Amino acid sequence: MSETIKQFLYLNRKAPYGTIYAWESLEVVLIGAAFDQDVSLAFVDDGVYQLTKGQDTAGIGMKNFSPTYAALGDYEVKKIFVEKESLEERGLSLDDLQHLVWEDEDDDYAEKDSIKLVSRDEMAAIMDGADVVFSF
Amino acid sequence: MSTLHTVNKSPFEKTSLDACLAHATAGSNVLLIEDGVYAATKGTAVEQRVKQALDSVKLYVLGPDLVARGLSDDRVIDGISVVDYAGFVDLAAENDKVQAWL
Repeated sequence: MSETIKQFLYLNRKAPYGTIYAWESLEVVLIGAAFDQDVSLAFVDDGVYQLTKGQDTAGIGMKNFSPTYAALGDYEVKKIFVEKESLEERGLSLDDLQHLVWEDEDDDYAEKDSIKLVSRDEMAAIMDGADVVFSF
Repeated sequence: MSTLHTVNKSPFEKTSLDACLAHATAGSNVLLIEDGVYAATKGTAVEQRVKQALDSVKLYVLGPDLVARGLSDDRVIDGISVVDYAGFVDLAAENDKVQAWL
């Protein structure tokens, strides 16, 4: 049976921990990864805070779900777009984020970067090109 | 009457911080908690507004909420004090009342 591959875009605009959106998004992405679709993740506005490295939630009694982002590559989620302007408005740069990679089996399992820094204009085009947008 | 104001929303998503700073009288204490802690970091689009507030109010930020979000103390704007939960309790006890900006 042939199925149409759709481009799914998960749009993340909330900071982690303050609300449940970030964690819920991650759960839906991982569940959705079981279906063969073309998946992209977008991190915009406060959503960029989800990817900061060194998160340690021991002091606030909540589960630290940030290590799970590193598993996305194993689920064939390898297109993670981060908006440059959103980082800059928050005093952050790519160096402040986790280094997320995926293994390219067609290239001797070389580790390749999953995160791509894009401008607001480029992000607009990515949103425009998606067949389905899931907003969190 | 001294008041402890708490702000728990990101300054980039809600107007809670702005509303708080616009109403907090001189000498008040403002504690940033939960997603409010993002306002305490250097280099943001709201840094000037926060620095300006330091002229009239005392600003505090809850350390465990910073650490949870991957933000270390050295990212905090000079003049803002990092407190732990015991410090939060002390602030609540020292002030006559607590006013939350949600």
